Amino acid sequence: MQIDWTHFTPWTSLAGGVMLGLAAAMLILLFGRTLGISGIVDGFLTARDREFCWRATFLLGLLAAPTALKLFSTPTPPNIDMSWMQLTIAGLLVGFGTRLGSGCTSGHGICGLSRLSPRSLVATLTFMSAGFVTVYVVRHLAS
Amino acid sequence: MRVVISFVLGLVFGIGLYVSGMTQPSKVLGFLDVFGDWDPSLAFVMAGAVAVGLVAFSFARRRGRTFLGDELRLPRITEIDAPLVVGSLIFGIGWGLSGICPGPGIVDVGFLDWRALVFVVSMAAGMVMERLIADTRGAKSLVSRDG
Repeated sequence: MQIDWTHFTPWTSLAGGVMLGLAAAMLILLFGRTLGISGIVDGFLTARDREFCWRATFLLGLLAAPTALKLFSTPTPPNIDMSWMQLTIAGLLVGFGTRLGSGCTSGHGICGLSRLSPRSLVATLTFMSAGFVTVYVVRHLAS
Repeated sequence: MRVVISFVLGLVFGIGLYVSGMTQPSKVLGFLDVFGDWDPSLAFVMAGAVAVGLVAFSFARRRGRTFLGDELRLPRITEIDAPLVVGSLIFGIGWGLSGICPGPGIVDVGFLDWRALVFVVSMAAGMVMERLIADTRGAKSLVSRDG
């Protein structure tokens, strides 16, 4: 292992993380809900209950974030350098896995760890390890 | 009122994902590449978010109710079971293949990136598939989910 100092951005990443924490804090303190994106998307897709409206507008807020950023800066657009086949397989795995495992980076990673849930700790360690191994295989074994 | 608040929270969360670097797949893959040139930035994202979250969740728990007067709806399930581990493994593989997790995928659609849309539509399909399988097996309800 060696540290990639040229891409290392501790302060902006920390600041972004604080913003994520603040949004999660407001959602639990105002609505009493944990902020988990996969759960919100899944609820939006499958549940027609009284939770539907806040989930829908939350997702609209996510979609509107780049537009808001463009109002006061020139954000760097994502550079997704993958074939559509790879994206489709990855998307299916992410969707299926986050629902079977009941959460993703936000629901388990941020909120679960914040409420000291052992389940979320196990989930977070598991998906991070799986991510490490997958990148290792793709970048250092397969190529 | 609620719909406006949640729109703003989605906006703050989306901007936070951008600022943190998570909407850039190469940044996420740089973090997951611990055996190569490792970019530890995303550990700082987690640290910042959890530092704020720890305070908020312990405060919310002690208070018992929200500021709008609702009950807290926290996940009740505590058992570490096979679906949790297997599901997280599958998610981690997809995350490692793409460098995209659910939140950043949606923000990247907001950048009008068609590849992000392919990812998000596939993700939605994966979720529906899991739901169909769970329903046929008569498994868990929505309230038991962690996030």
